[in-house]
Amino acid sequence: MKTYQCTVFSVTYDEAGGMPNDGIAPRTRCADVPADWMCLDCGVPKADFEMIEI
Amino acid sequence: MATTPSTIENAGVVIIGSGLAGYTLAREFRKLDKETPLTILSRDHAGFYSKPMLSNALASNKTAATLVMKPAEKMAAELNAVVRSEVQVERIDIEVKSILLKGGEAIPYRDVVLALGADTLQIGLAGDGANTVLSVNDLDDYARFAQQLDGVKFVVILGAGLIGCEFANDLLHRGIHSTVIDLADRPLSRLLPAEASAFMRQKLEAAGVQFRFNVAVHGVNKTPTGFDVELTDSSHIQADMVLSAIGLRPRTELAAAADIAVNRGVIVNRHLVTSNAHVHALGDCAEVAGHVLPYVMPLMQQARALAATLAGTPTHVVYPAMPVMVKTPACPTVVCSPAPHAVGAWQVTTTADGCDARFMGVDNSLLGFALLGAATAQKQALAAQVTGWLV
Repeated sequence: MKTYQCTVFSVTYDEAGGMPNDGIAPRTRCADVPADWMCLDCGVPKADFEMIEI
Repeated sequence: MATTPSTIENAGVVIIGSGLAGYTLAREFRKLDKETPLTILSRDHAGFYSKPMLSNALASNKTAATLVMKPAEKMAAELNAVVRSEVQVERIDIEVKSILLKGGEAIPYRDVVLALGADTLQIGLAGDGANTVLSVNDLDDYARFAQQLDGVKFVVILGAGLIGCEFANDLLHRGIHSTVIDLADRPLSRLLPAEASAFMRQKLEAAGVQFRFNVAVHGVNKTPTGFDVELTDSSHIQADMVLSAIGLRPRTELAAAADIAVNRGVIVNRHLVTSNAHVHALGDCAEVAGHVLPYVMPLMQQARALAATLAGTPTHVVYPAMPVMVKTPACPTVVCSPAPHAVGAWQVTTTADGCDARFMGVDNSLLGFALLGAATAQKQALAAQVTGWLV
């Protein structure tokens, strides 16, 4: 499980936790998040999330 | 043998401004065009940071240094761009398509993009402390603000809009209380219906924020221990710091000096083109099809459209429903405003833990909403129902 970080707000996407409030179940790998998914906080598309090591 | 100077031959896209608008456009442009020379001019350090994070940086333990996600050198490398920090643009010569920097250097362009941002509104205040009033409009401002917070226990904040309320909430994370002052009669008066403002006021007051409404600040005077803030009703508040958050004014001077049409912002059409075909604008400085929207989502939509246009595919900007997240953790809030002049009425349901406000059109369609507290769980469902402003 990896963690990704948005380039705008530093919102992180943690694969283990998913984003249940935005319709992404826990343990959803980033590769399986729909390509047209956008962060509802600011409209940043999936492509602008970058992988970070924690 | 005569040769054309290579700089003119290679004139590419020049973006003036390295804020969220400038760098987002640069990133979107490079996804589509990896070849055209790209230059970004910045009056500051040109490191990439997200301005919306300045008003909740204390809660996330960010410093001015750690707010910088990537320094200028790294941005330049990633974007295959020339990033010029600490430069002042004197003027744009639209006749010869050249940008003149302070010091005399001229930078030719194929297309120039104004991503200049906005200035904080200044109000004339009386008193010998007036020039010590802070505002936080960029990272350098934030550094000054954070540096002065040591020992501060109480802050007076001018303006109970988004930024004022966000700072009031954020300061609580450092144990600093504040009084927020506004001429209106409630917080976020231009975004929320009255019942929703009342809900937010109650939650923020419960968290430790104080408000003074229907009154303005007359003057700020220095005292031996801090500041004396005099209000227009002749009452006084003692504070350790005064922070102004009364609004923004798009930066239009550079465009106006080049005879480019400006109104409240730099006027652009849905292709983000100004009155000059090779000058474009986006972000907080731009007035797009009549709208000045200093929020992240419009900026993202603008950047994608303009990037495509600059890469050779003319694309007009589309505004879907664009909810604005208000960063007040004491009262989580999301607002999706109805378009100006939309005809309809607010329907508000308030419970102990949430406020659900929907702006309904005459045909009972959803034109906008404001969700507070527990009601924010509805944001995705409602955003999907709202028709955007520019479709």
